[in-house]
Amino acid sequence: MLPAPLLRIRAVAVKELRQMSRDRMTLAMIVGIPLLQMMIFGYGINYDVRHVRAGVVDLARTQASRSLVAEIASSQVVEFVARPAGVEELRRLIQNGELHAGLYIPPDFERRRIDATRSVAQVIVDGTRPGVDTAVRAIQEAPLPGRSGIPSRATPAIELLNEFNPERRTAVQVVPGLIGVILSMTMVIFTAIALVRERERGNLELLITTPVRSAELMIGKLLPYVGVGLVQTTLVLLLGVLLFDVPINGSLIDLYIGACLFIAATLGLGLVISTVATTQFQAMQLGFFTLLPSILLSGFAFPFEGMPRTVQYLAQVLPLTHFIEILRGVILRGASLGALWQPVLKLSIFLVLALALAASRFRKRLD
Amino acid sequence: MNEIAIEAHGLTRRFGQVAAVDGAELSIPRGRIYGFLGPNGSGKSTTIRMLCGLIRPSSGSIRVLGLDIPRQSEELRRQIGYMTQRFSLWEDLSARENLEFLASVYTLGPKRAAQRIAAVMEQYRLIEFQSRPAGTLSGGQKQRLGLAAATLHEPALLMLDEPTSAVDPQSRRDFWESLFALTAQGTTILVSTHYMDEAERCHGLAILDLGRVVANGSPQQLMADLPLKVVEIETEDPSAARAALHGLDSLRSVAQLGLRLHALFAPEEPDAVGRVQALLAARRLKGTVRVAAPSLEDVFVGATMGRH
Repeated sequence: MLPAPLLRIRAVAVKELRQMSRDRMTLAMIVGIPLLQMMIFGYGINYDVRHVRAGVVDLARTQASRSLVAEIASSQVVEFVARPAGVEELRRLIQNGELHAGLYIPPDFERRRIDATRSVAQVIVDGTRPGVDTAVRAIQEAPLPGRSGIPSRATPAIELLNEFNPERRTAVQVVPGLIGVILSMTMVIFTAIALVRERERGNLELLITTPVRSAELMIGKLLPYVGVGLVQTTLVLLLGVLLFDVPINGSLIDLYIGACLFIAATLGLGLVISTVATTQFQAMQLGFFTLLPSILLSGFAFPFEGMPRTVQYLAQVLPLTHFIEILRGVILRGASLGALWQPVLKLSIFLVLALALAASRFRKRLD
Repeated sequence: MNEIAIEAHGLTRRFGQVAAVDGAELSIPRGRIYGFLGPNGSGKSTTIRMLCGLIRPSSGSIRVLGLDIPRQSEELRRQIGYMTQRFSLWEDLSARENLEFLASVYTLGPKRAAQRIAAVMEQYRLIEFQSRPAGTLSGGQKQRLGLAAATLHEPALLMLDEPTSAVDPQSRRDFWESLFALTAQGTTILVSTHYMDEAERCHGLAILDLGRVVANGSPQQLMADLPLKVVEIETEDPSAARAALHGLDSLRSVAQLGLRLHALFAPEEPDAVGRVQALLAARRLKGTVRVAAPSLEDVFVGATMGRH
């Protein structure tokens, strides 16, 4: 026979385990959270950046210039996926986010090769992406073909041009994405909880006996949160400019249109969660469950180029991935929404699917 | 006043294998208080929810205020008020804000809203705590606010699902006074309860048990028509008397009330009093035995007997 305190402790512990085993959501989280974390941190996050999408503009077209391109490509840091006609087009593709780096070989490449005071080629890198600029930097050390006999250089053979973030400041890379992260955190959880709370407290049973329609109820509940989201966007943007000197190169209207689209998408996700969760606690759990991969896989802090293909596809499902693309494009690279049509389209598809799913699950009935 | 407010035929609702409501027939007149009496799980709430169009019946037909339910549920919503045992207004809004919100949802218009809010606050004595958060009100106050909210848009039909389960006896009395005042103005009220005294106040009554309507009529008529014989035994030792009665084949049910036993006998029993007296005498138990008038509880026990 155990002493009384131990017996009572055991009684409480057994009761706790019983309750835990009956809460399917908590049970799923016990397994789900470590599984997700392991997958993300183990496979997803990798500082070893490879295959950065790049373009090459070779105006010299000599044997040496071609072997320089081959040399750089063989390092696998960059993958030359486009051959723009000129530097202008290369820059535009980087601005649109289609390419993240570029190699420019000028027409006078051969003359430069024998001149130790001039660089022979230029590498342009999108400085708005964390991890990518650092990785591309390694290209500078690429051995120049046929360099023997040339005196060691005073200037690096390959000049590196850090576009949109010449001072390589981390704040510039982080602050725009932070708008998306903060909106994800608040919007999803706020809306999910606001809806679930109403059901939990019995308010919904009263509401559905009134003439208010499902769509009216949804829109009325979500509208204030769109306002909250826009206030948050403005706040982060203002702090970014005032405290961290983040440049706003693009149009504010484009930025806010993009923000509205993202807010709507996250509210849609919140709605879906609210139709699945039965308690506020479950809504909170599910909210965090979607938040974690969003922050880690969206390219906010870690480069996609360091993630395996499958994880990169997974990241495409997350709305934050596309919003961060829009944010960096508009704020830092001064791109227009039209130029950023790809992430805009993907975000819109997410929004439509989320709303359709939520609407199909929410019924103005109890059964 | 002979018009029918609610009519249902063969109303059935199954949840998986279980029939929560099983072939209910209902015909409820306008301008009356009609009660659903039944234990928990007898299908009262499910029936009310089906009549409101909140859940769909598995089979059967429903007409409420001339509307085909659930097809015309949206039209019905303007004409009904609904209140549950659980306080379902917003606890973080004040009493007045709750009423203002509902007035807007029912699109009463600013003038009528102001007039109706003032009227229900006066009627249900809400004025003194109109600006307090609804969550801080007492059980009785919350219930008055709930009724004010349910009647704000002057519904023709009020559906009340165990509305008095969470309040004290005085609040229950007040509440029923309010209900009679509403019927005097022509409102039809459907109320579910498991209290006998409340059921007895209704104009008409349906006794529900395991999803079936096992009896219906006015409380007086139900008591008068009870086929069982009621015998009351007053004794010093009720548990011994109870043991003595055990095994009597015409005995249907015994309940103890203090020192009295209340026994129900099958209608075929020719001399219930005589047989009880003989059994008590055989065990040398003293007591008086007499025929008693049936109560609503006897009706309830009789109607639900043998089904559990």
